[in-house]
Amino acid sequence: MAQHQVNYTQDGGLPVALTSVDKVINWGRSNSLWAMTYGLACCGIEMMASGASRYDFDRFGTIFRASPRQSDLMIVAGTLTKKHAEFIKRLYDQMAEPRWVISMGSCANTGGMFNTYATVQGVDRIIPVDLYLPGCAPRPETLQYAVMMLQKKIRAEKAGRAQRPKRLV
Amino acid sequence: MRKYVPKDDVQKKAYYTDRFWVAPQVAKSPVETDAVFAADLEAIKAKCEVLDAYIQVDQLVVLINPNDNFTVAQILKEECGYNQLSECSAIDWLAKQKQFEVFYQFLSMSKRKRMRVKCFIDKEQAVESLNPLYRSADWAEREMYDMFGVKVNNHPYMKRILMPDDWVGHPLLKTYPLQGDEAASWYEVDRIYGKEARDIIGPENRESAVVDRYDTERFGRLGHEVARGSEFDENQPVTPLAYQEEGGVFIVKKFQEDGAVTITDRKR
Ligand code: SF4
Repeated sequence: MAQHQVNYTQDGGLPVALTSVDKVINWGRSNSLWAMTYGLACCGIEMMASGASRYDFDRFGTIFRASPRQSDLMIVAGTLTKKHAEFIKRLYDQMAEPRWVISMGSCANTGGMFNTYATVQGVDRIIPVDLYLPGCAPRPETLQYAVMMLQKKIRAEKAGRAQRPKRLV
Repeated sequence: MRKYVPKDDVQKKAYYTDRFWVAPQVAKSPVETDAVFAADLEAIKAKCEVLDAYIQVDQLVVLINPNDNFTVAQILKEECGYNQLSECSAIDWLAKQKQFEVFYQFLSMSKRKRMRVKCFIDKEQAVESLNPLYRSADWAEREMYDMFGVKVNNHPYMKRILMPDDWVGHPLLKTYPLQGDEAASWYEVDRIYGKEARDIIGPENRESAVVDRYDTERFGRLGHEVARGSEFDENQPVTPLAYQEEGGVFIVKKFQEDGAVTITDRKR
């Protein structure tokens, strides 16, 4: 009994309890990131390959869902056209908090090679992005790495934020 | 096998050609050289005025008055057996002659022949829809309207097909800038957030190669991560690339590089 020198009731014990709750919640969140099936162009093929058996996203707890309401993660895989921009916003709004966004490929990051009138020059003009994944197209390994980096980022976050701050508007 | 062409010094030769270079025309031959086409042309001439007609790349080309386009298509379909309208669109010659060229490409499955009907229209002039004759004209004419602003009379659903309905301008006009005009560059911002948000979101970055590595608000450079919004300094220490924290994560195993096996034998 002598080792128990720490007075756990000091400070109401609150900070200690909160960090561990954060950790537990973030552990859960980071290891079951359900991604939305959202392939917009050729990058979508690599995203599908990551989900399929060879690269096997399921081991990371990343399962593709067909509905924004069931997903935590939006992987914007491909070219976002200006006509489609309002729908990406709508889908993003339909996702429940907490939600994360990976912008996959040059097109989603900056418009990529489509330096034209019809392409949104970077998906971060519409929705806040957590992770930019360069490449055209990024290989499945890279996407897996991106998801692992995002998991790391989630683990460092506070769990109890009501609303994540938005960079845009 | 393809013939071998020596590739030495190919780079030295100029491969750049003028963007507005006009390709030389393929040789035209008179219509009389092909009996099938000559009969088709006679059928058209019986009812409509033909301004020009010739054969080019084994295809009959007929230039007509724009008001006759429906009649000509009807003749071609009902009398000459051209049962498919494979394509229809316009060409912007506004700079050269203040006119659009509207062309219709027909295919006859029974005669195994292709032919093209062309007409020139003025800027605000509308053409008659071929939709009652050929269903493929429906979308093709909508695309023509969307891309060039050429209106089509008696079309069942004259609306943009590719661009959004509230788009400004017609993108395939030669006067339309490739990177979009003012309305195009703010389109998604105006539509989703409203004009007020323009200042917050800012203009488009058209230099896609530029990534501002000193921008710590949005980017954390992999391997050189600093706290969000902090000043970036040249002597930033290199942070090791790791996908997992030092302490490890409950249940999740960390990959140990020393313990890993590299498989070289694919059949293993
Ligand atoms: S980044 Fe490359 S691979 Fe990905 S959508 Fe764009 S063009 Fe396709």
